[in-house]
Amino acid sequence: MTDATAVGMSADTRKSGRYLYIASVAFLCAWVIVPIYFLLINTLSSPEAVNSFPKSFVPEFDFSSLQFFAGFEGMLTALKNSVIVALMTMVMSIIIGAPAGYALSRFEFPGKGLFRLLILLTRAFPLPLLALPLAVMFIQTGLDDTAFGLALVHTTLAIPFAVLITFSLFSGIPIELEEAAWTLGCTRLTAFTKVVLPLILPGITASAIFAFVISWNEVFAAAVLTIENRTLTAFLLQNLDTSPLHLKFAGGFILVVPALIFIFAVRKYLFAMWGIANR
Amino acid sequence: MAEIQIKNVAKSFGAYQALNNINLTIADQEFMVLLGASGCGKSTLLRIIAGLETATSGEVWIGGKRIDHLSPKDRGIAMVFQNYAVFPHLTVFENIGFGLRMQKLPNDEVTQRVERVAGLMHIEMLLKRYSGELSGGQRQRVAVARALAMEPDVILMDEPLSNLDALLRMEMRAELKGVLAESKTTAIYVTHDQVEAMSMADRISVMHEGNIVQAASPIEVYRDPAAKFVASFIGNPPMNFLPATPAGAGKWQVSGQTFDGPNTDKAGLQFAIRPEDMAPAEHGLVATAKIVEPLGAHLLVTCQIDEAQFRVILDSDTVVKPGQTLTLAPQSDRVRWFDPETTLAVA
Repeated sequence: MTDATAVGMSADTRKSGRYLYIASVAFLCAWVIVPIYFLLINTLSSPEAVNSFPKSFVPEFDFSSLQFFAGFEGMLTALKNSVIVALMTMVMSIIIGAPAGYALSRFEFPGKGLFRLLILLTRAFPLPLLALPLAVMFIQTGLDDTAFGLALVHTTLAIPFAVLITFSLFSGIPIELEEAAWTLGCTRLTAFTKVVLPLILPGITASAIFAFVISWNEVFAAAVLTIENRTLTAFLLQNLDTSPLHLKFAGGFILVVPALIFIFAVRKYLFAMWGIANR
Repeated sequence: MAEIQIKNVAKSFGAYQALNNINLTIADQEFMVLLGASGCGKSTLLRIIAGLETATSGEVWIGGKRIDHLSPKDRGIAMVFQNYAVFPHLTVFENIGFGLRMQKLPNDEVTQRVERVAGLMHIEMLLKRYSGELSGGQRQRVAVARALAMEPDVILMDEPLSNLDALLRMEMRAELKGVLAESKTTAIYVTHDQVEAMSMADRISVMHEGNIVQAASPIEVYRDPAAKFVASFIGNPPMNFLPATPAGAGKWQVSGQTFDGPNTDKAGLQFAIRPEDMAPAEHGLVATAKIVEPLGAHLLVTCQIDEAQFRVILDSDTVVKPGQTLTLAPQSDRVRWFDPETTLAVA
């Protein structure tokens, strides 16, 4: 009898635990999906529908909001700036980050642990703290209000991730493959280009895309360091008060969609970054 | 001609001495096996010869040329790795031809050589596949074929069969031995498996704690171990040891019995005999049977002589029960003697 009660109780606990689990998952999904859904509805509705009340829960598939957005002065330039800065960030963070990731994964050197910690620590300083001295320095060197200057700052933000992702990618490639290549007539460099590079290229792409998204989403440095050459985020922030509601929605949508698509495409490698095995 | 000479090679990792002053000469076309437990330095020695590891001191010569300062690609070696190291992004054909492509050989020669070694390793039908589509045994064949395609002076193998299952290992063992004998390359083969070592080697170097304890033919290593370590490492079950006390010139007393032994003035020796070199007789060592294991081909009896554990292999028809007393006579020409202080063999 006591056995039966114990079994019954544990089954009960398990059942309620399961409900709690499902409810939590549903809540978290709603937390993320509902705002994005509203963003979608309002972007695909006519400006009149966006400003009226009550709101509809199904999109009208009216593209006049997006058309208005595209026609808004400075918007397309800002979009172009965003893409340019993000591309520069992407290239620079890989060129700097991937060799660091390789070194971390393949060599033993004094201070390796400290180096890894420092890489993470670069994310510990809030950007506003750095923005003022950076702005002063950029003005002195003439880098202020340029896409390259902003890309430099974004690269700094993206490098820790580039290093960590590439580190885990390189660690996933057995050193024996490189050693085999060396014994088969490769130098360190040719072994890298002929064996390691083809194997990590998909992961490098993922890491690059992640850097792109970091730059694409970044608003604070963009707002502080640029005036004429605003990126889309900074431009929208600047015009937030004055612009009509449907413009904000359309801008938000344009910002969210690429980031979402890219992150979805590279999710496998982001798991790898946190040490969750993906093969 | 690719004779390998290892001269005074030592390697330390920080304070840890992995290899102490290794000296070894391997003849042209010889099949040398480095045998030892894990951590004995056998892989380190192989990697130093390959150039994947740098010796702390000493020299390595191949074919009369000093090569320890050269990078792996310039040493005339090819290596087979324990986990195969087949490149996953290339087909079997391109894997085998990888080294030849690096040498920029013309296409038709690459094709011809790849097809020849693929035939040798019986993997002609796999040439278009990728490593992910191969079994462990097939990957191992690709790895060996890739090394052979280089037509190296020396082929180095680091536990190449240890990831295969037992049956496949036995099959590959025989095949590898045949292929390597035919290719006329000098081979160094690292393993911890004594059966592999005994069955393949021309000569075995038994390694222990960074030293080569004995380098000799398999049968010599088995019959005449140079040290107690070799005697207790090789053979399954290993040699039996009993303490012996002097009983006059060239005579030694072992468990109440007198045997002819070496004529030395040592205060004591160790008497050693292989389990299969004993037979029940009227006079001999008196042992109490403890555990009886019928193994089919023979009977393994673990018994006790005085305080020492003692194993004998008897004919499978022998009837022995635990607790029974056996009188065992050692085959006199198979008895060996070790000095308990130096642990070395005494003739």
